[in-house]
Amino acid sequence: MDLNWGAAQDESRLELRNWMARSLAEWRAEIGAELSGDTREGFAQQLLWEERLYEAGWSAVSWPRAYGGRDGTLWDWLIFEEEYWRAGAPQRVTQNGLQILAPSIFEHGTQAQKDLLLPRIAAAEDLWCQGWSEPDAGSDLAGVSSRARREASGWMLDGQKTWTTRGAFCTHLFGLFRSDPESQRHRGLTYLLVPLDLDGITVRGFGRLDGDEGFAEVFFDGAFLPDDAVGGGVVLGEVGQGWRVAVSAASTERGLLRSPGRYQATVADLLELCAQRGADGSMRRRVAAAWMRVDAYRLQTLQTVTSLLDGGDIGSEASLAKVWWSELDIELHEIALDLLGPDAELEGPWSKGHQFSLAGPIYAGTNEVQRNIVAERVLGLPR
Amino acid sequence: MRFGLDDDREALRSTARDLLTELCPAAVVRAAWEQAPDPAVWQALADAGALTMLAPPAEGGLGLDETYLVPVVEEAGRAALPHPLTATALVAAPLGVTGHTVTTNLGSGPAHAADAGPNAAGLAVTAAATGPNAAGLAVPAATFAEAFLLRSGQGLRLYEADEVDVEPVETVDASRHCGRVTPRAAGQPVTDNPETVAAAFDRGVLGTAAELLGLSRAMLDLTVAYTRQRHQFGKPVGSFQAVKHHLASARIQIEFAGPAVLYAAYAVAHGQPDASCSVSQAKWLAGTAAAVTGRAALQCHGAIGYTTEHDLHLYLKRSWALSRSWGGADFHADRVAASVGI
Repeated sequence: MDLNWGAAQDESRLELRNWMARSLAEWRAEIGAELSGDTREGFAQQLLWEERLYEAGWSAVSWPRAYGGRDGTLWDWLIFEEEYWRAGAPQRVTQNGLQILAPSIFEHGTQAQKDLLLPRIAAAEDLWCQGWSEPDAGSDLAGVSSRARREASGWMLDGQKTWTTRGAFCTHLFGLFRSDPESQRHRGLTYLLVPLDLDGITVRGFGRLDGDEGFAEVFFDGAFLPDDAVGGGVVLGEVGQGWRVAVSAASTERGLLRSPGRYQATVADLLELCAQRGADGSMRRRVAAAWMRVDAYRLQTLQTVTSLLDGGDIGSEASLAKVWWSELDIELHEIALDLLGPDAELEGPWSKGHQFSLAGPIYAGTNEVQRNIVAERVLGLPR
Repeated sequence: MRFGLDDDREALRSTARDLLTELCPAAVVRAAWEQAPDPAVWQALADAGALTMLAPPAEGGLGLDETYLVPVVEEAGRAALPHPLTATALVAAPLGVTGHTVTTNLGSGPAHAADAGPNAAGLAVTAAATGPNAAGLAVPAATFAEAFLLRSGQGLRLYEADEVDVEPVETVDASRHCGRVTPRAAGQPVTDNPETVAAAFDRGVLGTAAELLGLSRAMLDLTVAYTRQRHQFGKPVGSFQAVKHHLASARIQIEFAGPAVLYAAYAVAHGQPDASCSVSQAKWLAGTAAAVTGRAALQCHGAIGYTTEHDLHLYLKRSWALSRSWGGADFHADRVAASVGI
């Protein structure tokens, strides 16, 4: 057991910290007022930020250099995340591609798909949104009914996806389509990679809870998807095996999408707010409790990464973390709003963050579904 | 960077678990409600070196640190071991106090040390003699311990069993064998150094956190087993989502208390600057996990859990006692708040 970072890791952390401070300042000077990445203008601003990250090699630290990464370990990734959020950098508008699609390409993609798609994800050249949910298939993802009919040299797509994060600003969608019309539930689904500029695709952005156009619905009305519409081919994994490919992505999303770095940064801001605003004993205890939970998340992550590097598997345990961080994020913001008192209703980072945090227990599999997974697959309770 | 039990620590934990499973099943805990606990499990722990693991080498210590012992203490918690393992192995042994079954109660922390002083007879009193409980804090294992480690002024003194009067008290968990303790001899000085006392207190908090974590695991295991086999409405009750969600919530609390307890052991073992903060964090999280798990366990057992015939109450009542011993939730949240600068 050794809780110290190595000298090389300390050095790279310092290098990153300096780079972040300098580059964020330069980027902010370039864009003027920073807007939410879930608005069209803010999204465009943040692509400029993504360019800077990519050019300096920080876009995807844990990927091989050949694909635009930095050859980093999971430890390097954790350090990156800590420093990234500590610096007050914006949410990654490329996160669906980086953290949900890319792990599936690494696991299930052909060499051509890896070579042609991954570098463009790292460089924010292709901007991917997630095509999981449909009006009648949310938590029950196996209820997907969007269809992909096989044609001579491609797929004919019909149906609708919705609640697609930043869909109105993205260039591509990855999603599950029913390729076998006779199939039910988990069978007969194919994981497809779809450029959004095909004829027959309509994307309509709409407001999330905070009013930003961060959601979209995507309509497929006889949209023809040629086999070579994306480099390396439009099918990820085998035809009809989409569920398997998607589930491996989902466990990555649930487990590793949220590094503790984000919450470490939020709780640091909360401590500062508490000091500024002043707090009585019971409020200080609430803040201390939130700090303890964030730090427990950091420690649990260190333990999980140690176990992963020893050849362990994250599996269903990812659901434990998803419930923890999503409920913790709400707790952190609710405490902040209580500290702000009547000022809590003013538009600002805390009220914005509060509304964003409320999505946490809903997306990436609702916390009700996560608790079922914990109960059935971790504890072994009957279905 | 590497955080987790390696093979050596895991082997030790697993040995302790096997030993406790064999020699301290629920029947032994239950029997300890009626009489002094069965010495067999305690002797086996002593033979395995668990009691003196942290003692100085001259006193039979093994040269190991808290990161080895704390997982063992967690297993003792899982078994609801009625013997004072935290006091003997984690608080007393590093002070060079070995060869006895030692009990102690250092109250709610170093802050109490200043309140304690010699009593009218010039003899030491425990922290217990001050504060709201003027008759003194109840000391666990008081009716069968061989020695008592008590506060005396700024320091600690050790009293043999024949050097104190013990007035047994009834407690919710009768296997605690609590008593109010009054020294009637001078005892032996152990330390006059407040920092040594503060470190001993932190080790007591750490051990108690580990025991609470183990108790939570035991209560959850019992409840999972029960809800898998108990049928209502023609199905195992564990198949109902409402029951699943209670138990999943408990499992989540346990998941995140575990690494905090292990880190606290590491911080204490390595004298990290955040050692006191981390033991408070561990105790707070383990106490919260035990509260959530205990409520879920009782609720999901239904009426059978609300009896003294079922074993659940043995673990539940221990968790209630330990949650408020060595500083409760507010005490430790305050220590953490001060440590993080608010």
